[in-house]
Amino acid sequence: MLCMTVTESIITIAIVAGATMLTRFLPFFIFPEGRQAPAYIRYLGTVLPFAVIGLLVVYCLKDAVFADTHALPELLALGFILVLHFIKHNALITILGGTIFYMVLVQNFFTA
Amino acid sequence: MAQNTKAVLLPALKAAWPITIPICGAFFTIGISYGFLMHSLGFHWLYPALMSFFIFAGSMEFVTINLLMTAFNPLHAFLLTLMVNARHLFYGISMLERYSHVGLKKYYLIYGMCDESFSINVSTNPPAGVDRGWYMFFVTLLNQIYWVAGATCGALAGYLIKIDSTGIDFMMTALFAAIFLGQWDSCKDHRPALIGLGAAFVCLLLFGAEGFVIPAMVLILICVSFLRKFKRPGADRDVPAAKAQNGDDCSAGGLKAAQQ
Repeated sequence: MLCMTVTESIITIAIVAGATMLTRFLPFFIFPEGRQAPAYIRYLGTVLPFAVIGLLVVYCLKDAVFADTHALPELLALGFILVLHFIKHNALITILGGTIFYMVLVQNFFTA
Repeated sequence: MAQNTKAVLLPALKAAWPITIPICGAFFTIGISYGFLMHSLGFHWLYPALMSFFIFAGSMEFVTINLLMTAFNPLHAFLLTLMVNARHLFYGISMLERYSHVGLKKYYLIYGMCDESFSINVSTNPPAGVDRGWYMFFVTLLNQIYWVAGATCGALAGYLIKIDSTGIDFMMTALFAAIFLGQWDSCKDHRPALIGLGAAFVCLLLFGAEGFVIPAMVLILICVSFLRKFKRPGADRDVPAAKAQNGDDCSAGGLKAAQQ
C-alpha cells in the first residue's frame, strides 16, 4: 500500500520520471553531433547493465533476507525459476511460473 | 499539404508496425501483470496508467512501486533511478547520429527510448523511400501505446478479478531474475553480473536493507574499473561497436531480455 501522502507519491513519481529523462537526454546535450564519448564511459556502458540487474535481484530480496523465514520461500522460488529457465528459455513463462509458485508457497506453507 | 503529410506518414507506419509485433505481445503481458500488481497492492488504477506513460521504463516502474511503499525519500529515489537507468546514457551515446536531422521528432524519440525502442531503432532501417525519422517515431510510439494500454488494462482488470493475491509482489523479483538469466545466456563474460550480485549482497549484510544501495553502486564502480585494468588491450573497444550494431547480442536492457 501507498506509504506516503498522495502529494509525496506524485513528487516521487515526478522525480523518477525526471531522472529517467535525464539519463535519456544527457548524452545528446554532452556530445553534440560528431563528438565521441571517452573509452571509459563506453566501457561502463558495456558492463554496468549486467551489474545493475544483479544489484536489483538483491534489492528485491533485501527485506526477505532479514525476515523470520530468512528468505527461504524466495530462494525456493528462485530455484524454481532457474529450473523453468533451463527447461523453457521463455522469460514470460519463467516470470509467471515463478510468481505463481511463490504465491502457492506463501499462501499455504509459509503463512505468517 | 495534408496529402503530402499523409504520403509520408502512412508508409512509415506500415513499415514500423510489423517489427513491433513481438514487443506488443511482451508489453501487453508484462504491462497487464504490472497494472494488476499495483492494483492488488492497493493503488488506484491511475497510478500504473500515469507511471507507465511518464516514466516509460519498465524495470524502473517496478522499482518505483517499492519506493512508493516505503518512507518518502526523494534523494534516494533520484539516485536509484539514475543507477537503474544508467544504461540509457549508453543507448543515447549509440543514437547520437541516428536521432539527428529528424526535426522536432528527435525529442520524442529520446523521451521514448526504452530498451525495446532502442534495440529496434539502432538495428533496423525502413525500406527505401520511407522516411527514417517517421519510421523511428512510429516504432517508439507503438511501443509506448502497447505498454500504457497493457498497464491500464491490468489495473482495471484488478477491480473485476478477485483472487488471493498474497505474494504477487514476487513478480518483480521474478522479472529481474529472468532478466539476469537471459543476460547470463547472452554474454560470455559473467564477471560484471557476478560483481553486481556479489557487491550488492556484501553491502546488504554490511549496511542493512535501508542504506545498502548507494554503497553497492560505489563498490560496483570500483570493481568494474578494476576489472578493466585486467582486460586484454582493445577488448572493450570492440564491444560497444558490436552492441550498437546488433542492439541485442549483449544487450542488457530491462524488459528486452523478458521478451526473448
